[in-house]
Amino acid sequence: MEAKHRVAAARAKDRPTARSYIRSLFDEFTEFHGDRLFGDDPAIVGGIARLGQTYVTLIAQEKGTTTRERAARNFGSAHPEGYRKALRLMKQAEKFGRPVVTLVDTSGAFCGIGAEERGQGRAIAENLMEMMTLRVPVLAILIGEGGSGGALGLSVADEVWMLENSVYSVISPEGCASILWKDAGRAAEAADCLKLTAQDLVQLSVAERIVPERGKGFEETFALLRSDIEAFLDEKQRVPAEELLQARYQKFRKIQP
Amino acid sequence: MIKGLFKKPRNELELSTTGAKPAPSGVYIPPELFTVCPRCKKSVFTSDVQENAYTCPNCGLHMRFPARQRIAWIADPDSFVELWPDLKSSDPLNFPEYKEKLEAAERASGESESVLTGTARIGGIETALFVMDAAFMMGSMGTVTGEKIARLFEHAAEEDLPVVGFTASGGARMQEGMLSLMQMAKTSGAVKRFSDAGGFYLAMLTDPTTGGVTASFAMEADVTAAEPGALICFAGPRVIEQTIRQKLPPGLGRAESLLKNGFLDKIVPRDQQKKFIVRMLRAHKKPRREG
Repeated sequence: MEAKHRVAAARAKDRPTARSYIRSLFDEFTEFHGDRLFGDDPAIVGGIARLGQTYVTLIAQEKGTTTRERAARNFGSAHPEGYRKALRLMKQAEKFGRPVVTLVDTSGAFCGIGAEERGQGRAIAENLMEMMTLRVPVLAILIGEGGSGGALGLSVADEVWMLENSVYSVISPEGCASILWKDAGRAAEAADCLKLTAQDLVQLSVAERIVPERGKGFEETFALLRSDIEAFLDEKQRVPAEELLQARYQKFRKIQP
Repeated sequence: MIKGLFKKPRNELELSTTGAKPAPSGVYIPPELFTVCPRCKKSVFTSDVQENAYTCPNCGLHMRFPARQRIAWIADPDSFVELWPDLKSSDPLNFPEYKEKLEAAERASGESESVLTGTARIGGIETALFVMDAAFMMGSMGTVTGEKIARLFEHAAEEDLPVVGFTASGGARMQEGMLSLMQMAKTSGAVKRFSDAGGFYLAMLTDPTTGGVTASFAMEADVTAAEPGALICFAGPRVIEQTIRQKLPPGLGRAESLLKNGFLDKIVPRDQQKKFIVRMLRAHKKPRREG
């Protein structure tokens, strides 16, 4: 499939959002709110989830499903307080030895006055640093759009998995085309050049696994994903923290010229 | 190296561009002799600007400072030893027109990447130093930029050196796609390990420091200072205007407003930078490194 079709599928309005994953993959979920510094960001949902016998800290970008909810959740584009809530919950996970699972789905971190005034750059930077040395297993799953720094702020993980039709990109194809060629109409071409599909990114060692999309409501996908997450947690929880951190650092470190 | 400066200003964000003074009739004045200050609009001698550490001799505007000149200015004489000067982007995604852009950037800046890395003495203190150059593809972060930064922090950790870094960047380099974005995680990891090992990192944010560099190593220092008037943001003013479709409050994203909002330790003009940096390096000198 061409890259532009993947981009369209990743953004499709009827695509399951984080909420469907949380409901289908886990046996229970308790949401926690707030960053303890400024506010609570509805674009990012976080809390404790149970998968069989294992508790994990779950952090997800939620775009919303109805028009009203999409607006309330700022279409999944987080402010700094969203990234700071995520970090607070990740540090809590570390304290209690819980693995962290993130579900990534955003067109990008929000670009607005308040976001700048409250330090969007610093908030993301802090997550990148802290996630790199978080002493529990971290799994990031891209379920739709992975928009640049706003997606990376939840994706410094031991493994990055991508749904078959998710995309992960340094800039939107439209943005890339309008900057490079002054023509947003060439977005399809830009999408190709950017190498943003799951297939491309596994090849480039940015992602580890492609999760196939099966069933109209993703029922088969969820069942498969659940057992894959169980296997991941089972394997990574046995790895000594130092070894885990070394491997995580090397995963990103080796992405070089 | 300064050749890239001689072009017409394209917009007000592009602060350090120079232009020709209209010559009096019948007298030929080589345009490169003069620089028109983008702020006070006065024509000033280019040589005066250069001798003044690329600030306007009339109004004090901090213009963009070519990386190699900045190093010669901040480091003790002849103490800079460049590390990894031969690393160059290999165009990993085979991105259209990228190779040509790299060549043009090399001609414009006289450098082979958007950052120079190495060691130098500053006030007699051995330091790991990185300086970004906005004249190279607007200081954008490609894989080589990230690699040099990560190597520098690893080297500094091994050699027990402090790190001083001058940032200047438009953000990630889209011609290297996700490999560019991954440099944010890579550099942040290197900074974190260096920091956990007790290393001292001072960042001086210069105009412009934006996007992926702001959201990674620019904002991860122990002491974060900036030059007066520098644009420092995650999303630039034009991007925000397009997103929210309203005019922005004046000064948004400038160093002075970041200081007010709590994201900078200090604004340090160029004429005070060496003193400030030396003072900070002394304050963080580890006792066992002495003598």
